[in-house]
Amino acid sequence: MKRGLIGKKLGMTQLFWDDGSVMPVTVIEMGPCVVVQKKTEETDGYNAIQIGFGRVDEKRVTKPIAGHCAKSGKGCFRFFKEIRIESPDDYEVGQQMGTDIFTIGDYVDVIGTTKGRGFTGAVKRHGFRGGRASHGSMFHRAPGSIGASAFPSRVFKGKKLPGHMGAVRQTVQNLMVVGMRPERNLLFVSGPVPGSVNGMVLVQDAKKLQG
Amino acid sequence: MNAIEILEKEQMRTDIPPFRAGDTVKVHVKIVEGQKERIQIFEGVVIRKRRGLCRATFTVRKISYGVGVERTFPVHSPVIEKIEVITRGRVRRSRLYYLRSLRGKKARIKELGRR
Repeated sequence: MKRGLIGKKLGMTQLFWDDGSVMPVTVIEMGPCVVVQKKTEETDGYNAIQIGFGRVDEKRVTKPIAGHCAKSGKGCFRFFKEIRIESPDDYEVGQQMGTDIFTIGDYVDVIGTTKGRGFTGAVKRHGFRGGRASHGSMFHRAPGSIGASAFPSRVFKGKKLPGHMGAVRQTVQNLMVVGMRPERNLLFVSGPVPGSVNGMVLVQDAKKLQG
Repeated sequence: MNAIEILEKEQMRTDIPPFRAGDTVKVHVKIVEGQKERIQIFEGVVIRKRRGLCRATFTVRKISYGVGVERTFPVHSPVIEKIEVITRGRVRRSRLYYLRSLRGKKARIKELGRR
């Protein structure tokens, strides 16, 4: 069964192992997440639970959302996500979930929104090498030739050019859960996760488990 | 205090003596060879300390068979059995990179006089 939770990326640090090696970890504050709604095959055509995360004052949300949240009786939330599961009946509306749904050693996928880079050039966006900076060079960070002339008389679709970069949903697969602090709802996963500090991330069981 | 800071403080060791750049230290390093574990001592001058809670590191420089050897250790690494401060040096900067270009007598560091 797939499990998932919404969390807040708190930042990165490192953990020591006994052999002296150091592992970079990301600390994620996992909730508490609350089950806000159950979706079933009969009513919605699929099975899922909707979870909410990030308490906000009732005054800060629209009335429809406030009404929706009221059913769980746990206040209003800033973020909602649906987690597809087989049997929603295992959960109660209003049930709280925290880090304890994972155990140390689990593999998870972390989904987040990458940092927005704005309109960037081809060097940063696609890793073009650019030209030399000095010695009379007049070609620095430009994309260079983008195609031939008379044939094909157009630029091919998908040509790597400058443009908007970042601020897109991205998944990092198979991060190991290396530690947790259930009393503070902190989860430590190996390696970096997308997005800035204080960004929202979705942590789910790994889809393609390392075998 | 934020969560990261708390977590890093948890990992910090309290048994590390205070030392500074310019001090001569003996670092007792645990080394695992197959099944056996032994202690190796790395003795030299601390030429750099980098700050950062549990991420702090320091670099020790020594001359081994005429060759300068530098080794960087995380201060709070479990591999370090203990750190002994042998002498306290009087130096006027925090990064002693200038020692790299000095040899023999010039590479000495004056001992800190006790008051």
